[in-house]
Amino acid sequence: MNLVLHVWRQASPTVKGGFVRYEAKDISDHASFLEMLDIVNEQLTENGEEPIAFEHDCREGICGSCGLVINGVPHGPQHGAATCQLHMRHYKDGDQIWIEPWRAKAFPVVKDLVVDRGALDRIIQVGGYISARTGAVPDANATLIRKEHAELAMDAASCIGCGACVAACPNASAMLFVAAKVSHLGLLPQGQPERRDRVLNLVAQMDSEGFGSCTNHAECEASCPKQISIDFIARLNRDLFVASLAQTPERMVAGAG
Amino acid sequence: MRRVLSLYRSSVGKKILMAVTGVVFVLFVFAHMFGNLKAFYGPEKFNHYAEFLRDVGAPAFGHGQLLWLFRVVLLFAVVIHALAAFQLWRMSAVARPVPYARGLQPEESTYASRTMRWGGVILLAFVVYHLLHFTTGTAHPDFVPGAAYENLVIGFQSIPVVIAYLVAMGALCLHLYHGVWSGLQTLGVNHQRYNRYRRPLAVLVAGIVFIGFVSVPVAIAAGIIV
Amino acid sequence: MELDSKVPSGPIQEKWDKRKFELKLVNPANKRKYTVIVVGSGLAGASAAASLGELGYIVKCFCYQDSARRAHSIAAQGGINAAKNYQNDGDSIWRLFYDTVKGGDYRSREANVYRLAQVSNNIIDQCVAQGVPFAREYGGLLANRSFGGAQVSRTFYARGQTGQQLLVGAYHALAKEVGNGTVQMFPRTEMLDLVLVDGQARGIVVRDMVTGKVSSHAAHAVVLATGGYSNVYFFSTNAKGCNTTAIWRAHRRGAVFANPCFTQIHPTCIPRAGEYQSKLTLMSESLRNDGRIWVPKEQGENRPAAQIPDAERDYYLERLYPSFGNLTPRDIASRRAKEAVDDGRGVGLLKNGVYLDFRDAIQRLGKSVIEERYGNLFEMYERITGENPYAVPMRIYPAPHYTMGGLWVDYDLQSTIPGLFVIGEANFSDHGANRLGASALMQGLADGYFVLPYTISDYLARVGPTKTDPTHAAFGAVEREVGERVKKLLAVNGKLTVDTIHRDLGQVMWDACGMARSRGALEKGLEAIPEIRERFWREVRVPGRGEDFNQSLEKAGRLADFLELGELMCRDALHREESSGGHFREEFQTPEGEAKRDDERFAFVSAWEFTGVGSAPKLHQEPLSFENVPLSQRSYK
Ligand SMILES: Cc1cc2nc3c(=O)[nH]c(=O)nc-3n(C[C@H](O)[C@H](O)[C@H](O)COP(=O)(O)OP(=O)(O)OC[C@H]3O[C@@H](n4cnc5c(N)ncnc54)[C@H](O)[C@@H]3O)c2cc1C
Ligand code: HEM
Ligand code: FES
Repeated sequence: MNLVLHVWRQASPTVKGGFVRYEAKDISDHASFLEMLDIVNEQLTENGEEPIAFEHDCREGICGSCGLVINGVPHGPQHGAATCQLHMRHYKDGDQIWIEPWRAKAFPVVKDLVVDRGALDRIIQVGGYISARTGAVPDANATLIRKEHAELAMDAASCIGCGACVAACPNASAMLFVAAKVSHLGLLPQGQPERRDRVLNLVAQMDSEGFGSCTNHAECEASCPKQISIDFIARLNRDLFVASLAQTPERMVAGAG
Repeated sequence: MRRVLSLYRSSVGKKILMAVTGVVFVLFVFAHMFGNLKAFYGPEKFNHYAEFLRDVGAPAFGHGQLLWLFRVVLLFAVVIHALAAFQLWRMSAVARPVPYARGLQPEESTYASRTMRWGGVILLAFVVYHLLHFTTGTAHPDFVPGAAYENLVIGFQSIPVVIAYLVAMGALCLHLYHGVWSGLQTLGVNHQRYNRYRRPLAVLVAGIVFIGFVSVPVAIAAGIIV
Repeated sequence: MELDSKVPSGPIQEKWDKRKFELKLVNPANKRKYTVIVVGSGLAGASAAASLGELGYIVKCFCYQDSARRAHSIAAQGGINAAKNYQNDGDSIWRLFYDTVKGGDYRSREANVYRLAQVSNNIIDQCVAQGVPFAREYGGLLANRSFGGAQVSRTFYARGQTGQQLLVGAYHALAKEVGNGTVQMFPRTEMLDLVLVDGQARGIVVRDMVTGKVSSHAAHAVVLATGGYSNVYFFSTNAKGCNTTAIWRAHRRGAVFANPCFTQIHPTCIPRAGEYQSKLTLMSESLRNDGRIWVPKEQGENRPAAQIPDAERDYYLERLYPSFGNLTPRDIASRRAKEAVDDGRGVGLLKNGVYLDFRDAIQRLGKSVIEERYGNLFEMYERITGENPYAVPMRIYPAPHYTMGGLWVDYDLQSTIPGLFVIGEANFSDHGANRLGASALMQGLADGYFVLPYTISDYLARVGPTKTDPTHAAFGAVEREVGERVKKLLAVNGKLTVDTIHRDLGQVMWDACGMARSRGALEKGLEAIPEIRERFWREVRVPGRGEDFNQSLEKAGRLADFLELGELMCRDALHREESSGGHFREEFQTPEGEAKRDDERFAFVSAWEFTGVGSAPKLHQEPLSFENVPLSQRSYK
């Protein structure tokens, strides 16, 4: 099939970007979306132009590197899959495709379709973990965990940190990402001692990174490649409510609040 | 207080306060609506009800005292709700400096969810107008203090006023359709077994409130209530 | 060069304790005076960096992705082994040790493997404490499954995302230390060379992948945890960015490279669909539990699978290995599939796969049971191929997956360059000539959490907390070299894209040093590779600038190193005149076509020393002795 692409090109974080039109010719149904871009890039390179920069690594939907907004939908039209898992059989000859990066103040563009998602790492660094010093831990079966809770924690833990939730949110909010982390750890007995500090610190960091505020549109859930439920957002809200009223945190991070 | 303030400091906390004040509004709206419906029972019952509002709480409270207390609470709630809404609105507005070329394709959001903020502004404007209309009478051509029923009936004989109320109630309906569901989500009222009832509850609340409120002006405009 | 494995004396059960006791400790107050560089944030790198940070060292950790959490370890699906014996089915440290040595076809170091089995249990404890949501039973205990043909259920798993969950656990530990300020994280930073001062590893030269700036980092020791090099074949199950640059550069600086030709080919991957294909996707091996593998008996068969009657199908694994059937080990299943395809009996449009058929299983168990067992995998298959595996058989074909070879390390995980430690898939691991399923994750975490933090302290204590000096002339010299290489890559300005040349190299590697190797093919490969290398340096086109985010430049730099590594792999394969594990030399097989080891001549680790590009590397041998697991021939008949 032949396609017309409108791709966001931006040379660096500071310069203005814009759309450039490209033609993708003779694309097979079986090619993946990223392979289609590879083909375009090979041609650009051969013509002495700079190829389109886009992020990718595993190309099987687990590393969370890839992420394009395709015709206004993060990760494209296929639900429950990352951009790299999208195949061209979802398109037909003559389609026009608009390709943009994740757009959020907290995710500045690095180049073309590549953005800096360091904000998500910084959120984890203020407490999105369980402090378990290497070696200083009990036997793995010492604590029994209800299967149901373990499964629910696993649902939350399946987040790949791609940032599509932010990209899809009309408010550019990172609530689903934070909620998934808070829930994953908060659902497990090991996560209880730090549960309150964790939620307070993560939310404070999320706010200071410049994400928007959730209004429960549920767009995040729709574009999440792992289909993480917004029920976890309710859980986060509840945890934050309890934590705020129950105690003054001992380990508020500097600058939080 | 310190804890509430610390709650207010975070975006999620602000939302929780919005949801709490939202619950206050819903309760108020329901009470108000039941009051309004008294209009169908004729002037006596209705005026009696208006009087009751001023005497409620007696003898612990004097004439009109409890009503004023309610008003203060409501005013306070409106201030918090609106202030938080505007602050979060701003926060979200700056969170995406470069918009998507052709917008985001809505997948799960609803018209109601996307119009919460402007809908809220309409409601705020409406509340002001409503108070000027029926409480102070400033915006009422033939206002007679104390004659609640008469003010009501005369007020709604003007078709533009009825339309304004219909629009406002439409906005309220949408606001509640998303707001009730969203409020439950924000308050963390979330349980696998009951989650599927949250949406129907929102539909029910929004529907009842809409029908309950528009029935009076519509009935007056249609000449059912005279 | 003397290869001293530093394996402690004494009974195998006591070696690690003994070694730990002998190791010098760094005074707690002094730990902050030491800087350690960890390159890589996969299971091995993240666990090491976090543990070193906790101990109080100053740690600098590097990765090429935008976040530490995206290292390739994240892709592992199946699970992680440990000798917990939670299922009470007779597992033990000894049995895990035994299985791993035997599974590796007797080409690994016994003492290392024993230690791996010993610490395997601590890993599970550690991960659970971090909040890794392993699968559980209804009673709340951890669940296990049997994996890769093991006779005990010792594999812990988290749905089909075990690698992800373990990596997220290690990433959390790392993030905690970054938050505490003990670890400084450098994402999007690629190590391009190693710096030696007075013969000791003292730092690295890196390129900032956003700005293109080349700079140096100095430290008291350098740890490489940069993963495997399967991407030398272009097509592999690895992430696109996986590369050999870090270990290859260290090799060029003097670290010897062990068993480069030991690679693992995974039997159940989705075959290529076309020219444009960029990578291969692994399907869990568990599919072989219920799927039946077959090809048509006739060459050039064009009917759809459903129209081929049973009598005209060749269920070759069941025919050749009646007792193991479709569950024969990875290397055998892979090789037999290749034979069938090479024989012209392949299936699919490109005739490049074999069928993995669930028809009978669906008839026997019902669709719902199959759906429950493999639903996710079937979905994934359909997403990629557009074919519904409930209706038509899946097509599979083997693909490069894991590299057992890597930089040679001693018992302390130190390479032949003092102060350079290598962990995870990047070292020539504990897996000998073949890795058993679910044991790479175990090794990465064992190295990072429980071995390296001890052994590195010994080295640090010996060198002392001298000041590190990034202005030392050695850094400037290497920085210049790196800068010049970048310039050179950009200056060629030929006509061929990096991927075009990489595909050529991959094809040559696959033909010469893939699933089945022979003298003739290897010699041909050894002629072809230098030609491709020259073509690369003559005709590659790398658009863009060096001082910029430039993905073509990154790829070109990596390919340049693969082009040198490929040659070494072929040389190693040619030299090893035996078949062992994943290394199958066609000349050395039993009459039934099975791998034939030659313990007389080849019970050693081949460790190659770099002597220059295009010049023959120098071979060193570390003899292997098997005192606890008696040498025997594998048999799956
Ligand atoms: C599809 C698949 C499935 C698998 N399934 C299983 C399984 O079920 N069980 C099992 O035990 N094993 C499995 N394996 C094998 C296992 O996942 C890997 O061997 C293991 O995770 C490697 O871990 P690592 O830490 O050594 O390296 P990696 O996780 O590959 O990490 C390498 C790190 O080094 C960094 N890096 C690399 N080069 C540079 C450079 N030049 N400069 C800076 N940084 C650099 C990268 O950024 C990354 O952080 C699987 C492998 C694949 C491909
Ligand atoms: C002052 C003008 C108002 C503005 C700007 C406003 C705006 C908003 C916004 C932005 C939300 C959050 C929606 C979300 O998070 O999904 C909200 C929620 C809500 N509003 Fe309003 N609103 C206003 C007035 C009102 C009034 C008058 C009522 C009562 C009838 C009301 C009832 C609610 C309810 C019940 C909620 C749900 C709480 C929640 O979701 O957190 N609002 N409003
Ligand atoms: S490239 Fe890894 S998730 Fe898409």
